[in-house]
Amino acid sequence: MSRRGLLGAGAASVAATAVPVSAAQVGKPAAPSLAKLAFEVNGKKRTLQVDTRTTLLDALRENLQLTGTKKGCDHGQCGACTVLVDGVRINSCLSLAVMHEGDKITTIEGLGQPDNLHPMQAAFIKHDGYQCGYCTPGQICSAVAVLGEIKAGIPSHVTADLNGRPTASNDEMRERMSGNICRCGAYSNILEAMTDVAEKVA
Amino acid sequence: MKFDTPAGQNPIDQLKVVGKPHDRIDGKYKTTGTALYAYERNDAVANHAYGYMVGSAIAKGRINAIDLAEAKGAPGVIAIVTAANAGKLTKGDFNTANLLGGPEIQHYHQAVALVIAETFEQARAAAQLVRVDYARGKGRFDLATELKGAPLKPAEDKGPPVDRVGDFEGAFGKAAVKLDARYTTPDHSHAMMEPHASIATWEGDKLTLWTSNQMIAWGKGDVAKTLGLPKENVRLISPYIGGGFGGKLFVRTDAIMAALGAKAAGRSVKVTLQRPLMINNTTHRPATMQRIRIGATKAGKITAIAHESGSGDLPGGQPETAVNQTKLMYAGANRLTSMRLAVLDLPEGNAMRAPGEAPGLMALEIAMDEMAEKLGMDPVAFRIANDTQVDPEKPERRFSQRQLIKCLQTGADSFGWNRRNAKPAQVRDGKWLVGLGMAAGFRNNMLMKSAARVGIDRKGIVTVTTDMTDIGTGSYTIIAQTAAEMMGVDLDKVVVKLGDSDSPASAGSGGQWGANNSTSGVYAACVKLREAVAQKLGFNSTDAEFADGKVRSGNRSVSLAEAAGDAGLVAEDAIEYGDLDKKYQQSTFAGHFVEVGVNAYTGETRIRRMLAVCAAGRILNPKSARSQVIGGMTMGAGAALMEELAVDKRFGFFVNHDLASYEVPVHADIPHQDVIFLDEVDPISSPMKAKGVGELGLCGVGAAIANAIYNATGVRVRDYPITLDKHLDKLPEIA
Repeated sequence: MSRRGLLGAGAASVAATAVPVSAAQVGKPAAPSLAKLAFEVNGKKRTLQVDTRTTLLDALRENLQLTGTKKGCDHGQCGACTVLVDGVRINSCLSLAVMHEGDKITTIEGLGQPDNLHPMQAAFIKHDGYQCGYCTPGQICSAVAVLGEIKAGIPSHVTADLNGRPTASNDEMRERMSGNICRCGAYSNILEAMTDVAEKVA
Repeated sequence: MKFDTPAGQNPIDQLKVVGKPHDRIDGKYKTTGTALYAYERNDAVANHAYGYMVGSAIAKGRINAIDLAEAKGAPGVIAIVTAANAGKLTKGDFNTANLLGGPEIQHYHQAVALVIAETFEQARAAAQLVRVDYARGKGRFDLATELKGAPLKPAEDKGPPVDRVGDFEGAFGKAAVKLDARYTTPDHSHAMMEPHASIATWEGDKLTLWTSNQMIAWGKGDVAKTLGLPKENVRLISPYIGGGFGGKLFVRTDAIMAALGAKAAGRSVKVTLQRPLMINNTTHRPATMQRIRIGATKAGKITAIAHESGSGDLPGGQPETAVNQTKLMYAGANRLTSMRLAVLDLPEGNAMRAPGEAPGLMALEIAMDEMAEKLGMDPVAFRIANDTQVDPEKPERRFSQRQLIKCLQTGADSFGWNRRNAKPAQVRDGKWLVGLGMAAGFRNNMLMKSAARVGIDRKGIVTVTTDMTDIGTGSYTIIAQTAAEMMGVDLDKVVVKLGDSDSPASAGSGGQWGANNSTSGVYAACVKLREAVAQKLGFNSTDAEFADGKVRSGNRSVSLAEAAGDAGLVAEDAIEYGDLDKKYQQSTFAGHFVEVGVNAYTGETRIRRMLAVCAAGRILNPKSARSQVIGGMTMGAGAALMEELAVDKRFGFFVNHDLASYEVPVHADIPHQDVIFLDEVDPISSPMKAKGVGELGLCGVGAAIANAIYNATGVRVRDYPITLDKHLDKLPEIA
């Protein structure tokens, strides 16, 4: 099927399953639909009543006031909102809060605190792996997860041998970190921070 | 403190704290998510409502009517602000377009409404229900078309429309070797990571804005002017700023609409510009079309140089000053520079990191590479041969310091420039065509008044208070280093409070002037505080020594804590400048060296190595200064290879208005970067003997990359960005 044909078919199937036009256009917009949510954030059980449209990012930032996780684009384009869900990094802006019932979320606040830094946080400070600081929590969460992914043997686009074990090489780390934009341009320093941590862990 | 004679020996020269690569003192907050940015001030504001912005769907024309009925009836909606109910607004001094559109629309995504609701989700949903009926007008959107017949714009108000020295046309006509080439640079977006954001709170007639702004004093003035408030009723608070690059120099619509929204809602309102609105709603670096002509003797001495640039902006806007560095970069007896300014109805053009020099050097430094090739000279040698130690337009003005030659020589040695094959397209590494390129970097050092207050408390803690901002530049740390050096205390005994308009007005962050001026302001306040300490203790202030948390004079020694006593001691002062920047030209210099690989099959460019050698006065903190330089190099890589706002010339907007489609460098695009700072102190600049460095890293690097690509491929591309489509069909035959 051509790309155009595929799009056409998609549109047709959407139309067939859509709410009848009359119902969508008439009357006052409905009150927001709320849902109860229970999950674990940084080791603490939290229960929330959230608008079902609330993203995981906004649940963290607005409902729980954990503002360490940043909103840079709200569209999955920048990586500033990266958090760990059951140990796996995700863009929290692309995920609805209600999808995380029972999940274990780790944010930058959970990795370490000013007087109790995670090794990756300490390495970012030592190597000046940041400037304005806005992408930094996302970079650090991603960096921690990347080293974990490499250790777990998960290949990336630049892994030459899919049957071998990837190593924490510059190419591997740069490739895997490329979803986290730093407009201040601290990439060279972030790589040094990650290398520092990778060598200590290994 | 008036600074009108070159600095002599002063306490900063001890370099016990200043000049050391200290980690940032704000690092533990930024890396743990505990640094609070504008939208996150739950510590200061409770029970706020959320605002969501609606941007204009047309670039030019009028709003016939706005139907708010449906939006007002949506769940949670508290109020909606439009031009119809906002009251009288006056355009700020630093804005070209109004921050709230309607009924007249001046550009695409100009704010037309703010919907305020109980929650973010409700505000966002209701914003989709605002029905705007537009009458689309005819706009001017094509720079090339509008530049035909656009007027010349003098570099200085009331100055000549064309700046001339000698007889350019005559000398160029007679020159043995000539270049006449045209270059283009596209519109660029700051694309800082933190979107523009503000929280507004009213107490009676007094407005407080927690906002993200580089220039607090300018912002306070323009908020007051826009809203018709006395200045003293406006407070801006901006301790952490998630990047600016010039995009947050001026008050933007988030601040004004949050203020109007909070008034309408009767409670605090917070607003962030949603990312897809930012590029067309705010400012950008304007595109340029440049022509450069260089004439030289066969021996490689420039006899004639001309640089002409055209750019566009909204009515009342300014040109991109892309010719400025060409007035000062190279010697040559016959010179011409000029700018044309077209009227465009695209969003507002304005300053972005190194305005003028960034796009100007992207052209000039390719031209120099082309000229060197025509002359059969090495590009480094050609630049060295045309160095000048005086302002070529006003030879009585010497440069305060100019180590461009040393930058280039040091860079060439460190980078292995002698391994470059002068003949292009000769070096292969597997599938990669490999090339080396270089360019000179240049950016002026600007002097601005800057004030600070410094106090000591009974515990000996030194607190610096100033409205200076840290946009990632390292202001917190270098200000702390300055105060520690001056007062003779350890860095951890210094507290720095920034970004509050109730504090003494600083130079702010822009034009790479922040570090040198703001620390000089702190220096001035510390000098006064040292005098106050000495006076209180009955010491002679000229022989009092401040070290190890103590003040010594003769055989007396008193701790600062004791000297301050229960009441503490406070001093406030500002650095103000005489005419040393008129007597001397103050500039910063760099040599940029780049190695690229261009994929022989696909034409894709990958940067393999980058080096910048910088001469920029005293480097206050080599660690954070290096980060500023590599950040500039990274932004320059974006400008060379990928960054371009695509203009829809029918409807007048930037099409790629988000971070997925406006491509900026990511980790995989940037190799390890090296920076070398030359030893330099510049006593003519300030008591700190420093200059700016925050923009120098960007200046020239784009051309160095372009020249490396040419060296790799033999294909000269003069239109940025150098994407693979521009050279793919001309690449060397694949054997």
